[in-house]
Amino acid sequence: MASTFETVAGIISETADIPREQITPESHAIEDLGIDSLAFLDIAFAIDKAFGIKLPLEQWTQEVNEGKAPAEEYFVLKNLVARIDALVAAKQS
Amino acid sequence: MRLEYFEMIDQVTSLDRETKRIEVSSVVPQESPVFEGHFPGHPLVPGVLLTETMAQASGYLVLGLMGFTHMPFLMGVDKARFRTFVGPGTVLSVTAQLEHEGSGYAVTKASITAEGKPICDAELRFRIMPFPEGMDGLMRTQAKRIGLLEESV
Repeated sequence: MASTFETVAGIISETADIPREQITPESHAIEDLGIDSLAFLDIAFAIDKAFGIKLPLEQWTQEVNEGKAPAEEYFVLKNLVARIDALVAAKQS
Repeated sequence: MRLEYFEMIDQVTSLDRETKRIEVSSVVPQESPVFEGHFPGHPLVPGVLLTETMAQASGYLVLGLMGFTHMPFLMGVDKARFRTFVGPGTVLSVTAQLEHEGSGYAVTKASITAEGKPICDAELRFRIMPFPEGMDGLMRTQAKRIGLLEESV
């Protein structure tokens, strides 16, 4: 079974047409990979479907806009993957 | 339908909150300035307006399910297929099904048939945002016109 990161990287590569080798756990989805907000919603849809979760994008955006959390917290892929794993674990518990 | 005013929906037939599905009906007008260009002497509803019709049915579905708290804006059209021509006077049955309700976005599958025959279908994506100032009232007026508000809110 593919790791969460491998699944997410595959989704980003396919959805945003980014070569897979450019996508690393340290990649920032917006600053490094150039993913815009519209493309990120497409990626979120694919992640929601793949993992059976609902990424709380509105809450994350609000927290970033209000300065309560840095964007890296959500948009650096290793952090995004950790949040996906936490959402999956919360769903299963 | 008033094509030139983008009033694509005539009447909501049903809104099922459990299955998250809406059915609406529309009648293509006999005459419209749209037909003067598309095409002279051969009036056909443009595929882009059939897409708009599916998007509006989907939009009213999302509005109804969310209780008119936010506005859905079309942001993506996938897998659109147009299977036959649509001319003046055609009675359209439009259905839209909510496939996924994400955080700040929604995905629907919509289709149009006429006399049971498939016309077109597509997967549509919407960004869900707060109403721009004044648009709330406009959408409620339109929803009343098509019989949605009495049924849903």
